[in-house]
Amino acid sequence: MSNSNFTRRGVLKTGAIAGGSLAVPTIFTAGSASAFTNEPTGSSVTLGFNVPQTGPYAEEGADELRAYQLAVEHLNGEGDGGMLNTFSSKALKGNGILGKKVEYVTGDTQTKSDAARASAKSMIEKDGAIMITGGSSSGVAVAVQGLCQEAGVIFMAALTHSNDTTGKDKKANGFRHFFNAYMSGAALAPVLKNAYGAERRAYHLTADYTWGWTQQESVQAATEAMGWQTVNNVLTPLATTDFSSYIAPVLNSGADVLVLNHYGGNMVNSLTNAVQFGLRDKMVNGKQFEIVVPLYSELMAKGAGENIKGVYGSMNWNWQLGDEGTKAFVQSFGQKYGFPPSNAAQTSYAQTLLYADAVERAGSFNPCAVVEALEGFEFDGLGNGPTLYRAEDHQCFKDVLVMKGSDNPTSEYDTLEIVEVTPRAQVEYAPDHPMFAGGDLGTCNPGA
Amino acid sequence: MDAILLQTLNGLDKGSAYALIALGLTLIFGTLGVVNFAHGALFMIGAFCAVTFSRLFSLSYETLDPTKKDFLGNPLKVKTPYLEGWFGPELGGTLIDWAVPLSIIFAIPVMIFIGFAMERGLIKHFYKRPHADQILVTFGLAIVLQEVVKYFFGANPIPTPAPMAFRGSADLGVLIGMDPNVVIYPVWRMVYFFFAAAIIGAVFSFLQFTTFGMVVRAGMADRETVGLLGINIDRRFTIMFGIAAAVAGLAGVMYTPINSPNYHMGMDFLVLSFVVVVVGGMGSLPGAVLAGFMLGILESFASMNAIKSLIPGIDQIIIYVIAIVILLTRPRGLMGRKGVMED
Repeated sequence: MSNSNFTRRGVLKTGAIAGGSLAVPTIFTAGSASAFTNEPTGSSVTLGFNVPQTGPYAEEGADELRAYQLAVEHLNGEGDGGMLNTFSSKALKGNGILGKKVEYVTGDTQTKSDAARASAKSMIEKDGAIMITGGSSSGVAVAVQGLCQEAGVIFMAALTHSNDTTGKDKKANGFRHFFNAYMSGAALAPVLKNAYGAERRAYHLTADYTWGWTQQESVQAATEAMGWQTVNNVLTPLATTDFSSYIAPVLNSGADVLVLNHYGGNMVNSLTNAVQFGLRDKMVNGKQFEIVVPLYSELMAKGAGENIKGVYGSMNWNWQLGDEGTKAFVQSFGQKYGFPPSNAAQTSYAQTLLYADAVERAGSFNPCAVVEALEGFEFDGLGNGPTLYRAEDHQCFKDVLVMKGSDNPTSEYDTLEIVEVTPRAQVEYAPDHPMFAGGDLGTCNPGA
Repeated sequence: MDAILLQTLNGLDKGSAYALIALGLTLIFGTLGVVNFAHGALFMIGAFCAVTFSRLFSLSYETLDPTKKDFLGNPLKVKTPYLEGWFGPELGGTLIDWAVPLSIIFAIPVMIFIGFAMERGLIKHFYKRPHADQILVTFGLAIVLQEVVKYFFGANPIPTPAPMAFRGSADLGVLIGMDPNVVIYPVWRMVYFFFAAAIIGAVFSFLQFTTFGMVVRAGMADRETVGLLGINIDRRFTIMFGIAAAVAGLAGVMYTPINSPNYHMGMDFLVLSFVVVVVGGMGSLPGAVLAGFMLGILESFASMNAIKSLIPGIDQIIIYVIAIVILLTRPRGLMGRKGVMED
């Protein structure tokens, strides 16, 4: 006669625990023997480049990827070294990161949050990526940043301009080198006042999502502070292609400035439509009607063609800057690919170097050690002048460029010209500024 | 008053594109019974015919200008179009300036050929398959076509301006006795409207006043009987597929100065055009045109600030709300044949 120790209740309990354990994503359990998620144990370390390779921002994603590949070459001691030669920190030696050869995997975000999270998750779980970087939309950046926080890896955001990324959605494991909407407003407003006067009436067309809202709020606050009035703010659906029905009401609204808080294809189409309607030839309130595009990119300028001439906007960086870091990067990138890098490429390259440098200085790949090394880090030589990675919100503070559509471009690469390099002090703000309120950085998560 | 007039003009302009695409869709559905989800891609390919033609016209040779430097510090390469070299700067420049309208000559045979190839190579194998299969295969084809275009032209919009003579805007308000600068409308959008009207008129005349058109109409009404009379209706329907592709392509060619073309533009119009076809009545050519203009105008009015403040977000859903109302109250559409979609 056998005596079983199994009871119905016991089996149910054990089954429930086992089932629950299996249901927990491996992202939270993988590598439990390690000190942190994806601790590199071999002779190489893997970085995950998560960029749009398909969809409307595929060109920007391709340029980011070129910059990442160049950064990997330079970290491994190949090529001319690029900005490693001008970077103020000398921790990187061109022998990989902590002596480990840098390898990379890529993911396609498709500029969709769910696809971006899925590709980041795959790179962390299957490929063992220790750091994720990339992005071309704030919605995507915020989503992937949240995932990286949960997974216990570092996220080095690339192209994301919404205040929320380092505002209400900031995370301890996430860092942003790119500038933000508040900085665009703060840099642009004085230039606009000088160019167009203090008595202007602005009409805003705004892309209806997180980036558009914070961009509009920032530009409205900055321009109203110098005396402009805001006539109206109309939210436009992201999927809009023909903006004629949103432009037509501007004609007789009494506004004499149109602010296009649009990016990418939206911006190309809205600016083209506004020029078609003759807005730039119009006189209102005794003044010449003007158009402003607060956030520029080289690819947008190319897509908008001649319509961009004389239109003001802002950028994080431009290849025409004269500092040594920029020269080294443009030379390196230009020799390899045959054309100058975009500002998306520069921020991607800089973020990769900054991560690698932080690991070297920390002497560890542990995300918490990297966070500590990056917080409050002051550096120079990466193309933006003296820069601070602020500890309170993981936002970089540096000079901002005010740009204008070039009247006489000599090639397809200089469609924009630098009007002013706005000093860092002018675009700084307190960590508890109302436009960035509501978030909690939390504590770093090493995972494992 | 000025706002209503402006939005009516906008609606007519948007409706022109909807009507042209929906007209082609209806031609294909009415003749071949195929639900063609690749029709938006044909519109996109038409636009890229204009881009290709513009690039061919702008083909240039390079000379080095040692007085200027490029971004790497090398002597600047200055491009001079071959056309300007051959015909002089004035005539060559004019030809390049008129590249978009001239590309119609290039687009018509290309689009007819693509239409034939699509029909003979793929779609004819799906005539007897369920509509769901047709939708899947044509949607898949649309994705393939747009990825091919993206491979060659990239994902970024490509500026393709109208000729100088048609850029800018005209003061229409003055023509009807209003104050100056009140009703201003872009010249090329007016050109687009009249072009669309001419194409729609030509298609209807072709179907109404030619023997070929008469046979096609008879085939649309009763394919079997026309076949029993010894007429090769399949061949005529293949030709109609080519004509439908050309109509979509021409709509795309002339649309390029309105919005810089990109590989995704066909998908942006596809769903709207299907709604137009359903509202107009599946298989009804006048219904497609009427619904195209009607929905274009309603969409424009829904974007007015006064309307949006009353019903926030109405501009995003107006077309679908109308489609729901029509399908509930008149399932065959505005001008659909009795019995269609009603059983």
